[in-house]
Amino acid sequence: MNDVETTTPGGARTVHAAGVSIKDLRKAYGSNEVLKGINLDVQPGEVVCLIGPSGSGKSTLLRCVNLLEQPNQGTIHVGGFEATDPDVDIDKMRRKVGMVFQQFNLFPHLDVLRNCTVAQTKVLKRSQEESDKIAQANLERVGLGHLAKRFPDQLSGGQQQRVAIARALSMNPELMLFDEPTSALDPETVGDVLAVMRKLAREGMTMLVVTHEMAFAREVADRVVFMDGGVVVEEGVAEQVIGNPQQPRTQEFLRRVLDPTHIEVEED
Amino acid sequence: MAMTARQRAKVSLYVQAGIFVVAIAALLLATDWKTISANVFNFGKIGPMFPGIFTVGLLNTLIYTALGFIVGLSGGLLLALMKLSSFPLYRWIATGYIEFFRGIPALLVFIAFGYGVPLAFGVQWPIFVVVMVSLGMVAAAYIAETLRAGLQAVPKGQLEAARSLGMPQWRAMVTIIIPQAFKIVLPPLTNEIILLTKDSSLIYVLGLTASQYELTKFGRDGISSLGAGLTPLLVAGAFYLVVTIPLSLLARKFESRSARTKR
Repeated sequence: MNDVETTTPGGARTVHAAGVSIKDLRKAYGSNEVLKGINLDVQPGEVVCLIGPSGSGKSTLLRCVNLLEQPNQGTIHVGGFEATDPDVDIDKMRRKVGMVFQQFNLFPHLDVLRNCTVAQTKVLKRSQEESDKIAQANLERVGLGHLAKRFPDQLSGGQQQRVAIARALSMNPELMLFDEPTSALDPETVGDVLAVMRKLAREGMTMLVVTHEMAFAREVADRVVFMDGGVVVEEGVAEQVIGNPQQPRTQEFLRRVLDPTHIEVEED
Repeated sequence: MAMTARQRAKVSLYVQAGIFVVAIAALLLATDWKTISANVFNFGKIGPMFPGIFTVGLLNTLIYTALGFIVGLSGGLLLALMKLSSFPLYRWIATGYIEFFRGIPALLVFIAFGYGVPLAFGVQWPIFVVVMVSLGMVAAAYIAETLRAGLQAVPKGQLEAARSLGMPQWRAMVTIIIPQAFKIVLPPLTNEIILLTKDSSLIYVLGLTASQYELTKFGRDGISSLGAGLTPLLVAGAFYLVVTIPLSLLARKFESRSARTKR
């Protein structure tokens, strides 16, 4: 994939964005085949949401992109790197790929600012001063500049997740991966995290997002990919896949997710 | 006559108290208090132990313990990392070492390095090196298991987050995992120091010069030279408690603190 420079509508911020190209990706745990030949391209600056029932393999697919899971077969290209090349410099590749986890995974022994600077100083060899400046700017970007000196356990879930986003952004990634970023959050803090992600999308960041937030996917995603049973069942423009799904399995899934009476049953 | 549960509990309490009173009374009557006070609590005669037991005995016990702990902690960390390594040979070596040194008496190790090595190889190490090696090698085996448990108690997501930021494995361990594991193992590690403090007494079996005496050796010498019976040992024991009880309280404080921060 080629890297391109994309600009915001206002032209204010420039993001160096990378694309992703996944070909015939297979992953199995023992005899349990989780990904059964996935093909997926994400253009630089594109926002793609992965949706589907739990166990459909969408998180595994996402985790394969930065090699938190080792694929068994197929190729993945990220920016200028071939992730599936056995000789790839994983650490160098991962610097360009920001990852946001469902459980935030902030470093509890470091304050918010240090969470955002530790990889800058240790991996990118930036000076502490420069790292602080970049971290502070990214904390402002997610609306938490005033909490820099707090520790993670003093923050709400939504605030922790926004710090996690700022931490990833501080590495100047060209691609951001989100693994169910709002699934562990109290409902009232979900909106803040989604707002940050929406802003990021507008700024031209390439984003691959595993999510259950259909409204968000519909509004923000350029493309939505529906997965079930380890395969891509349907993909296309967000409005079409969510608003007017063609495949029966997609229709069934969306009916269950969007039907409020069904949600009540599931919450029991 | 049937009793209620409450009445039965009351009766049980009286019976226990009664047995206690009788036992104590019998002990008091049967004891030869003159002999006891002359041989156990004869504090009038222990003057010569001071100030040496402070400036030499306690000091050396603390130094020996610290030396053993430094070697034990570094060795233990190395062994713990080996035990968690993906390279099987490292795991086997670490497991073998840990099982060996936890399975044999520490005294054997002291004799090996204090008498065995000098005789076999003709090298005479200074006493502090013998302590460092003997105490350290045994401590490393115990500390390794403690640290391994601590490292494994750090959530997997922490390593994933660190690696996702581009940190190599070693960097993630040093900067992210080990500091967190250290916090987790602080209480058990403090308990290790207590055990080490007591095990440092094993050096007593080696020939020590006066300036190398530690608490136990002081107590042992006092028995022969002071004519106060067990009293010198009682004093030496009290000095150990001065060290171990605060450590024990400290361990409990660490424990309650980490319990509080855990949600």
